[in-house]
Amino acid sequence: MESIVVTGVGAVTPLGVGARTLSERWAAGVCGIRDGEGACVDFDPGDFLSVKEARRADRFTQLAIAACAEALADASWEEELPYDARRVGCVLGTGIGGIQTLVDGQDTLRERGPERVSPLAVPLMMSNAAAAAISMRHGLRGPSFSVSTACASGAHALGCGLRMIQAGEADAVVAGGSEAGLAPLARAAFVSLDALSTSGISRPFDARRDGFVMGEGAAVLVLERGDAAKQRGARVLGTIRGYGSTSDAYHVTAPREDGQGQADAMVAALADAGVGAEEIDYVNAHGTATPLNDRAETLAIKLALGERAKQIPVSSTKSAIGHLLGAAGAVEAVATLLALRDRIAPPTLGWSEREEDLDLDYVGDGARPLQVAEGRRALALSNSFGFGGHNAVLCLEGT
Amino acid sequence: MSTAVTEEQIEQVVVESLESFGADPEQISRKATLEQLDIDSLDLAELSQIVQERFDVELKGSDVAEVKTVDDAIKLISTSV
Repeated sequence: MESIVVTGVGAVTPLGVGARTLSERWAAGVCGIRDGEGACVDFDPGDFLSVKEARRADRFTQLAIAACAEALADASWEEELPYDARRVGCVLGTGIGGIQTLVDGQDTLRERGPERVSPLAVPLMMSNAAAAAISMRHGLRGPSFSVSTACASGAHALGCGLRMIQAGEADAVVAGGSEAGLAPLARAAFVSLDALSTSGISRPFDARRDGFVMGEGAAVLVLERGDAAKQRGARVLGTIRGYGSTSDAYHVTAPREDGQGQADAMVAALADAGVGAEEIDYVNAHGTATPLNDRAETLAIKLALGERAKQIPVSSTKSAIGHLLGAAGAVEAVATLLALRDRIAPPTLGWSEREEDLDLDYVGDGARPLQVAEGRRALALSNSFGFGGHNAVLCLEGT
Repeated sequence: MSTAVTEEQIEQVVVESLESFGADPEQISRKATLEQLDIDSLDLAELSQIVQERFDVELKGSDVAEVKTVDDAIKLISTSV
């Protein structure tokens, strides 16, 4: 099957504005988590949006617009689209959508009455707002919509974009994920579920892990057919080799303890890519730092990759930025692609205490070079699993 | 209340609202069209809400849809208070 390549990436994360900022700072061991959360403190909407655009967009859309502007510039799409606009799609994932808008609207309703609720409330909070804003801003007239599978949304969006091109529905797709869920309501809700870290430290796969740290951000990738990208002289950052998606059909918040649903998604991604486990050089884990996820995911990686699982580095971006929920899969795909390009396994920051049976190489000692066979490109799996038992795995190839 | 509201007060509220919606302050004049100011139906819905709160008047959607210029908006509000 024809290759689908990535020609541009953009990201806004707790490590700063920019995909390269994310990649460089994570590799250097910088942590973007402050006071128990990963906020995008460097992000100023005014740098990317007019007054009108900014007030027409919830923060999750603002973050997506900024990440998209970077990705399109990175792909040299700034001036004009290289394809018929009707053949360019847009798929954005979000777990929650415009929750701050929802909260503000509820406050207005309670304090000032229904007639004061803003006419902008619906267009700001709807979960497809980011996809709509990007489609309008850049004139993308192919299929555009949002996907929502909790913390797997970003990965599902990329998988959806990949399939859209493979199915011939589009020549290129702008795909990614965004989330701005640092509202007290969301925090309280996750606390009630006992999912959040009480220490405020994101320690994936470590024996001391005590839950995830909430983060916000967005990432957008430009996907194109390999031959078309080559024809227009585009610089290629990597290839989406495969995608696998399964469901646990087990529990709304807990993963299957045996990791089977997650493993099945990894195996499906490998099969889709046409590569064997022995060819995988790195796994970018979902690695949320919840006791349940990291145990199930470790089992899943071993189920899917067999002997290979213990030979390769496995690290979690969430150790550096927290859990970006619906943006996580897209942000981590960007981080993975840039790591493959640089041929490094970025670290799981703060990992030092091994727990029994969590026996993979979690890269606790800083970034390290990937061992890639001569003449071959580096390959990785990027895992994303969401509440509801939604599993999405991407098989990514560097340049 | 209606007798106390002057057209100047209405103009001031309209201009301030348009500015807050992102219209270029230098382009705002009574003759300016909403199209020139990039003011659309959503902005007008917000303006109607502001006017209702400030002057206690309810603008009819069909009347608001006829508004083409800043002057139209001010006159519609003036005749409604």
